[in-house]
Parts: sequence; structure tokens; C-alpha cells
Amino acid sequence: MIIYETVIGLEVHAELKTQSKIFCSCSTAFGAEPNTQTCPVCAGFPGTLPLLNEKVVELAIKTGLALHCEIPPISKFDRKNYFYPDSPKAYQISQFDMPVCKKGYLDIDVNGSKQRIGITRAHIEEDAGKLVHQGDITTTPFSLVDLNRCGIPLLEIVSEPDMRSSAEARAYMEKLRSVLLFAGVSDCKMEEGSLRCDANISVRPAGQKEFGTRIEIKNLNSFRALERAVEYEVKRQIEALEDGEELVQETRTWDEDKQITRSMRSKEEAHDYRYFPEPDLPPISISRERIEEIKARMPEMPEQAQMRLVRDYGLPEYDAAILTLSPETLVFFDDCLSRYPDAKVISNWMMGELSRLLNQSNQDISNCKIKPDDLVQMLRLIEDGTISGKMGKAVFEEMFADGKSPAIIIKEKGLVQISDEGSLLPVIEGIIQANPKVVEDYKNGKDKAVGFFVGQIMKSTRGQANPAMVNKLLKEKLDSL
Amino acid sequence: MEIYELSVHELQERLTRREISAEEIVRSFLGRINKVEDKVKSFITITEESALQRAREADRKGQYLGIAGIPLGLKDIFCTRGVKTTCGSKMLADFIPEYDSTAWRKLDEQQGILTGKLNMDEFAMGSSTENSAFFVTHNPWDLNRVPGGSSGGSAAAVAAGEVAFALGTDTGGSIRQPASFCGVVGMKPTYGRVSRWGVIAFASSLDQVGIFSQDVRDSALIMNIIAGHDPLDSTSAAIEVPDYASYLDGSVKGMRIAYPKEYFGVGVDDAVKAAINKALHKYEELGAIVEEVSLPHSEYALPTYYLVAPAEASANMARFDGVRYGHRDFEALNVVDMFSQSRAQGFGDEVKRRIMLGTYALTSGYYDAYYLKALKVRRLIANDFDKVFLDYDVIISPTTPSTAFKLGEQIGDPLTLYMNDILTVPVNMAGLPGISIPCGLHNGLPIGMQIIGKAFDEGTMLKAAHAFEQNTAYHTLKPELGVK
Ligand SMILES: [Zn+2]
Repeated sequence: MIIYETVIGLEVHAELKTQSKIFCSCSTAFGAEPNTQTCPVCAGFPGTLPLLNEKVVELAIKTGLALHCEIPPISKFDRKNYFYPDSPKAYQISQFDMPVCKKGYLDIDVNGSKQRIGITRAHIEEDAGKLVHQGDITTTPFSLVDLNRCGIPLLEIVSEPDMRSSAEARAYMEKLRSVLLFAGVSDCKMEEGSLRCDANISVRPAGQKEFGTRIEIKNLNSFRALERAVEYEVKRQIEALEDGEELVQETRTWDEDKQITRSMRSKEEAHDYRYFPEPDLPPISISRERIEEIKARMPEMPEQAQMRLVRDYGLPEYDAAILTLSPETLVFFDDCLSRYPDAKVISNWMMGELSRLLNQSNQDISNCKIKPDDLVQMLRLIEDGTISGKMGKAVFEEMFADGKSPAIIIKEKGLVQISDEGSLLPVIEGIIQANPKVVEDYKNGKDKAVGFFVGQIMKSTRGQANPAMVNKLLKEKLDSL
Repeated sequence: MEIYELSVHELQERLTRREISAEEIVRSFLGRINKVEDKVKSFITITEESALQRAREADRKGQYLGIAGIPLGLKDIFCTRGVKTTCGSKMLADFIPEYDSTAWRKLDEQQGILTGKLNMDEFAMGSSTENSAFFVTHNPWDLNRVPGGSSGGSAAAVAAGEVAFALGTDTGGSIRQPASFCGVVGMKPTYGRVSRWGVIAFASSLDQVGIFSQDVRDSALIMNIIAGHDPLDSTSAAIEVPDYASYLDGSVKGMRIAYPKEYFGVGVDDAVKAAINKALHKYEELGAIVEEVSLPHSEYALPTYYLVAPAEASANMARFDGVRYGHRDFEALNVVDMFSQSRAQGFGDEVKRRIMLGTYALTSGYYDAYYLKALKVRRLIANDFDKVFLDYDVIISPTTPSTAFKLGEQIGDPLTLYMNDILTVPVNMAGLPGISIPCGLHNGLPIGMQIIGKAFDEGTMLKAAHAFEQNTAYHTLKPELGVK
């Protein structure tokens, strides 16, 4: 039996976070009424000329630095020619042979093993508009064109064919997303299309040097879609080879409903884009000083943050990796840490209760009702014995549900921990008197007896008794009998 | 002398002295249009009413700005807000832009008065204006002959006294060649000197806005208004604009003038050569140093041009797809048919020919052999000029190999037609400024002399042109047109 090796390269389109479009002053806001964010420039009217939004170059440089890329002193724009109703000029202004960033890498971590994935290049281009079909594309009687998205700046980040499994592809995509988020260059909202991915997939017998026939898969709009599409495609390609079929180089699309890939066009049908230098825009020249200046202003990247959490606060690597998945999570953590000294306690609550509740309710940490200050207040209440850790969990759920502060919830529910002897002693004495048999067991050295008493005491105080104090008082009482 | 026969600077003087009103000026020109337009046919659109209205406004204000009350025409390639802009094509027969081209906006701000939009070869592709989708324009010197092109309407309108001056565009000679044929001054500034914003693109790396006028001083005055950096055009140069009028002192003493031997070779009519040689002698008489030089790569300029320009044009023409504006075939049953049928119906033969040429040149597998090689040759052509300009101030040659040809004479023969631009194209390839001024008549038809300047040194070029004009009378010759 032949063992096959999978080879994957990813082309990721990230929408750059600018106020206005790449070549005109139209807004880039998502979700506006069709064609309300257009002008003669982005609608490709005759006589109009593109004017480069400098912010786009800055964000591209930032991305390049975050991905350890070379930033060449000169890069240029080219025209990529193709006819489609959502492409008003019938060419896309892109970068062909002189991209703004090249030769970088991204380190990923899959099940504890570290891997370095090469970045071939990253280039700037403009997004196209959107066609609104009346039903299915093959039967629609007419289609409408919405140009709001047309001219939104994109960075296409092309990886080397360095990934060998769907898990690696997913890990790359997740890591890339977190890097882009930390660098502040893109919102990376896959559901809004601000982060999109195409995959180049081939298989070859293990040990073979040459690559197998490369198949491009388009329309991968979630991490899950990427993972599933790779798995499906690898299986399909191996089966075809085993059946003695010859694979043809082609472009396929991921069918989310059927969970399969379908052929879009073969190599013969592939476009000849007839690239040539864009005569309306001078080359972009980027000085060393500019790069240094941007480098000096670069925010902390996930890997640096991870190191900081491990080195400065003694967190385990695992905690550090989870807390640096998104800038919002890290900001939340850092915010808590500035008010409360125990990093591990904060981490436990964030990775445990908070993460569980967020997942359950499908929420994001940035729009959840608990703020760092609330969590810290609660940790203080546990620390000073006002409530127990167990009570804390119940309080936390309430906080998560309606955003009230822990103090108010405790007050409303009368959830204060009972820590004074005067209140606890009568309860303890009462339970001891009511259970002479268990006292006997205790005297005979049966450890389970203590557990029984504690349980009874907690029950009769509705969980509000201070557990440490109960233990102490109970022991004193029993031993004095 | 009629008002419409006056130059821009003469009109300015009379207006400033309050000898005439803006309205009188505009009425005189509109009257002239009425009289000769059916013979010349230079206008696609005449904006008579708004012209009169603007003139009256200027008179009412009583304070005249730069070119207040001066009637002008724009090649129909300049976008004018609210005024139909066809680019000489059926594709844009009903297109009304919502924006102004920068060059026109600047003239408008100086109270210049638009009297209409002028005929041209479709999308500026051609050398005779016969490729206009609407009608042919006639050369005012001989109505059976072409005015040249692609800015033929602009040249003919100035020659016929229908406008005081006009704007055109020059991609391979489209200002200088028609200026030469029509016996007027035609100036193409350095690439990047005048904004291309709002000018419908033909070949973006070559297109440049320029001026048709009766004399050199007028060109200098209009340059003072339209030249300069435009933030809307990234290829416009952020280089200071001098006062061009200050160069016009009439002297060329000690000026170093070169004439390239290759520009006097086979294919250039003897009468044309004789006229230019006479002019060169005139310059010597006036104290200039005149010497022969060589521009060896200029012979490759035409084939190079016919790779670069169509390649860029093939992409520039692609936006005309019937989706958002322009001609659409509503009978088409699917989107691909809509594209191809709208374009098949909307474009004329020459535009289609160049789209095909350009598409071919950019096709993968041919790109290196054609387009990339053309870019390299373009560099060599420019290097030749750079070398000559180390030792000389201007270069002089004929503008065209011959005088105006007959209507219909060359239209079926694109290659012969392309040869018209053989002496002007190298200047575009090098991005340099060039001007054509009248320097003689042959069989009653004007001959043009081309003066080429250093990049962004239009001033010296204008100075040389002006000195010749001051010492000759060719620019005062006017076509008869059979109406007085
Ligand atoms: Zn826009």
C-alpha cells in the first residue's frame, strides 16, 4: 500500500482596516444599502483615476513586519484584466511581480509540536463588488450589482506549500488571524468576508520529491470549512489515484451544503489575466526610515505576549497560548492583572468559567457583560472570605447573564458567607447532637464522618458557611466531646 | 478685423480696457460658428446658451479673471459636468458626466467660456478625425481634406475662428499633427505637467493634455492656467510651474538648436523638408547655433508605440461593458453576450483593431517578446533624447512628413495612416514637451515645425517658438473658407 503525503498552501485575503477605500474616499463600512458607498472612481467611470490611500501601505507594512517579511524598497501596482459585472474597470488593480511584502514566515503549534510555515508574499489589491442573483446563479433571470465592497483594500497573503494536514492548515489560519488581529490591520470577520481563504492541495506518495497535481479550492469561509474541505479533497485525490485516474489541474469550489468540492474550471479554461504595470499609479517606494518608524510603533504580537505571560507571571505555556488567541482576551487578562496580583487565579477563571459561558452562549469576550473590574471584585470577595469559591461560580453566572456587579448580586441573594463563630457554632452543635451515631464513628477513626458533618452544615446554611471555619470549629467541637 | 479673429491676449487687452464686453466676444464667436460650422463640422456639442449666460455673468460682475469671456472648445474627451461627453464614440453617445476634468475646471475658474465639445477620432485613436462615430471634420484650408487627428475638431475650430483656443490630448501626435495640418499652434506639455483627471484615457502612460491656439503667446497664457500638480492625478508632477509668458522675449541668441538627421529621411516630402530647412536658417540668422544630431532609436518609436499604446488601451477600453453607463445591447440574453454585443455595437473598427493588438501583446507567452521589449526600447528612445539635451536647448524637426491629405484617402489603409505620427510619437515615448507651429504653405496647405524641449522645460521651447513667430508671418495666415 502506498502511503500518501498531503501538501497544502493557503492564499488568504484579509480586508485591511481603513476608514476609506483604497483608491477613493468612499466609506468601507459593512452592511450599508447597496451602492450607497460608491463614487465615479470605484464605479469605474471614464476619466477617473485611482489615488492610493496611504493608510493601506502602512497596514501592509505592519502585516509584513508581523509575518517577518522583507519589505522591498520599491513595489508596484499592476492591472489584472478580466471581465465580470462586479469588476467596474474590468481590471483589478493588484500587484504582480513586485509585491509589498515577501519571504516571511509564521510559526504554528499543532498538538505541542512547533512548525514554521513559509510566507511567499503578501500583496495589496482592491476588492470587487458583489452580484446579487435572483435565486440560483444558473437560473437567475437577471442579477443586480452592488459596488459598495468594490475598492475595499485587501492584502493577499500567500503561504509556501508547507502544510501537511488539515490540522496544520487550520492552525496556520488561526494563527494568522490572531497575528492580523494583534497587528490591528484587519477585523478578520470571516462571517462578513473580511478574511477569506483559498487552498492549494495536492497529494504525493510519501518520499516523492515532485509535487502532485495541484487543485485549488475556493470559497472556504470558516476554519471548519477549511478543515473539512482539505479532508474531503485529500480523500478524493487519493481515491482517484488509487483507481488509476490521472488528476487534472483545476479550480474547485467548496459546497458548504453538501460538504463536497465541485469542479469550477480546468486549467485550459483558466483566465489569462494579461498583467501589466498600472500606468495610473507610480511605484510605491518605502524607505528604511519609514519601516523603522512603523516597527517602533508595532503593538505586541501574540508570541511576544505569550513569552511575557510565561516569563513575567509564571503562567503555564498552555494558559499563555489560550490567553493570546485574540487581542481582546489578552487585554481582558492584562486589565484584570493590573488590579489583582495573582495571574494564575485570573487565568483559571478566564479559561474555565468565562470561556465555558462564552462558548455556551456563542459570545465574544469583547461584547460580554462581565468586565475585568467585575471579575476582580469577585476575586477580592472570595479572597476576603465574603463568599466561597463555590459561591463565586454561582455569582459569576449571574454576572455573566445580566452584567450586575458581584456585590449587588451577593446582597440581593443574601449570599454572604457566614464566617463568625457566634453564628456557626449553634448550627454545628445542633447537627452533632442530632447525630450521636456519626459522632461514634468519628471517635472510632472513620474519616468519612467529617465529610458527613460538613455536608450537613453546608446544607443547613445554604452553602454560605465559610468552609475553612466550619472545618476548624467542627474539629474543635468533636475533639472536645 | 472681426472679434473672432483676435488672439486670446488681444481679447484680454480689449476686455480689460472695457472696449468690448464678454457677451460681445461670445456673440462674435457664436456668429462665426453659425457661419462656418456646416462646412467645417468641428463641434459634436455646441453649448450656446450656457456660453452666453456665463458671458453675461462675467460682465455683470464687472471684474474679469484670467480668461474671462474668452470662448474655448474642448476635445470631447474632457469630462464636463452636465455636458455630454462622447469621446467620439457611439459607446458614450449619451454619456453625461457628474464631474469636471481638472484642466477644464481650472479654465472655468478663470471664467473661460465653454462654447462646445469638439470632434475627434473615437477614443483618440486615429490621425484624421475620420474615426469619429458621428461625422468627419473638414480642414478649413481645404474642405476636401482632413484636419488631422485625433484632436481634429480642436485644430479645425481654432483655424476656422470658431473658438479663441481649444484643448486637446496628445498620445502619439494627436495635438501636433492636426495643428500642423490646420496651420495653428499645437502644444503638448511634458507628460505629468497637466492633470489627466477627467480626461478619458486612451494610453495612460502617454496621454497628455495640451493646447491649440492662434499664436505661441496664447499657448503660454493657457499653460499658466492649466499646468501644475493635481492631487487627483498621481502621475501629475509636483514640479513648480514657471510663468511661461516670461520666457517670451523674442530672442534666441546663443540658443543651441539640434535637428536630428533621422527626422529628415525617406518619406518626408521635399516641400516639408525645404520649409524646415528655411526655418533653421532663420534661427541661425537670429543668432542661434544650429547643428545636426542623431536620435538613432527613433526609427523604432512607431512599432514600439503600437505595442505600448494598444496594450494600455485594451485595458482602458475594458470598462465599457454596458453595465453601468454607455451603450448596452438590451437584446442580449446573458451577461457574456451583453458584454460582447454591447462592445461590438458600441466600438468602431479602429478601436476594435487596437483592443485586439493590445490584448495580443499582453497575452501570456507574448508579453516578454512584445510589451516588455517595447518598454525597453522606449527607454532607449528616451536615452537618445537625454544625450542630445546635454548639449542642446531644443530639437527641431518637421511635425508631419506631409501636408493634410484628402478625406477618405488613407482611411482604408491603417499602416499608411499610422505613418503620420512617425515624427511625433518618439516625443511621447520619451515623455517630452513638443510644440508644432506654422512655418510655411505648400499648395495652399500649412506646414508645421515641431520644436521639442527638455522635460519640464516648456519655457525654453515656447521661447524658441515665439522668437520664430516674431520674425515670420506664417501664424497670421488664415484659411479663406469662402465666407467673410
Ligand atoms: Zn468610491
